[in-house]
Amino acid sequence: MKSSTNLFWMLTALVLSGGVCHTVIAAETSAKDEANQFNRIMKKDALRDKSLQGDGIHDPANKSLNLLQTPSDAFASLPNAKGGNGVNWVKAMEDGKIKPRPDLHDATAQPFVMDLNIVREVKGSMPNVVFPHKQHTELLDCTSCHPDIFIPQKGANKLSMSASLMGQQCGICHGKVAYPMSRCSFCHSGKKQLAGAKKP
Amino acid sequence: MFRSILVVVSLSAALMLSAMDVSAEYGDVVINNYSDEAAVSPVVFPHWFHRIRYTCKTCHTDLNIKLSAGSNKIKMSDIIDGQYCGACHDGETAWGIENCELCHSAKQGSKTSVQRSELHQMLKMESHPVVAKKKR
Repeated sequence: MKSSTNLFWMLTALVLSGGVCHTVIAAETSAKDEANQFNRIMKKDALRDKSLQGDGIHDPANKSLNLLQTPSDAFASLPNAKGGNGVNWVKAMEDGKIKPRPDLHDATAQPFVMDLNIVREVKGSMPNVVFPHKQHTELLDCTSCHPDIFIPQKGANKLSMSASLMGQQCGICHGKVAYPMSRCSFCHSGKKQLAGAKKP
Repeated sequence: MFRSILVVVSLSAALMLSAMDVSAEYGDVVINNYSDEAAVSPVVFPHWFHRIRYTCKTCHTDLNIKLSAGSNKIKMSDIIDGQYCGACHDGETAWGIENCELCHSAKQGSKTSVQRSELHQMLKMESHPVVAKKKR
């Protein structure tokens, strides 16, 4: 009985001390002059430890880590973008900063590029989605998406933002390795004819 | 008494662990299909490193590597046969399989995951102090 009472008080103390810690942190933040200091989503990229030893997934005891390329070294010369790797991969390819090979063995192979934009009308006031086949076929094969992820037929795919956010459809790549979905306007880039607005 | 101290210590350790922020690179994939049972460190596959050099198609079409992390049940024997990673990691195009530690470099017991994915971030919000406080 006595030990359970002790346990109760210790847990209470723990919870309270946790609360105190949060308050202290909050006080420090508000003491700073910048009004918008608090980052609501995630740590600022500049604050992250970019060494492989301190990145939280690599084993710091691994002596070979120094042989590996760090992200900051790899991305130093590439054009910047917000979110994801902090790299504008499409621009990096257009500028010739990176030349990813489409074939393992043939260094001169060229990708089979299809230049076709698909416009998806979106409900509400969100701009329409313009899907560019060009940028996708420069990297992927048709079979990467068709027909398993997207049926190659107009109107056959019911797309939803929530499915993508849960890692399906576009979210199979976007939000994991391709630019994140927090860059809304990268996909929602079409013009919107708002209801009530007269056509010119 | 000793027991309760133990419980509190382990609880606080768990809390601290959950609060710890992983700062791996976006697109670092941890693969732990067989590593735990083989008692080796799981693999860190830096997707961002590979996409600089090869297009998606080379691995995801030509080498039949599925898109979903952990869904490729790749064994070392496959790699030695020249499949999957072994298509390049042969000692000529890229380092060979004798450099175990270069791929098997994750902390022991790390779970298969795509690091810093948006889904990862959303799920992590559960442990965010503001979210946690509201739930209490």
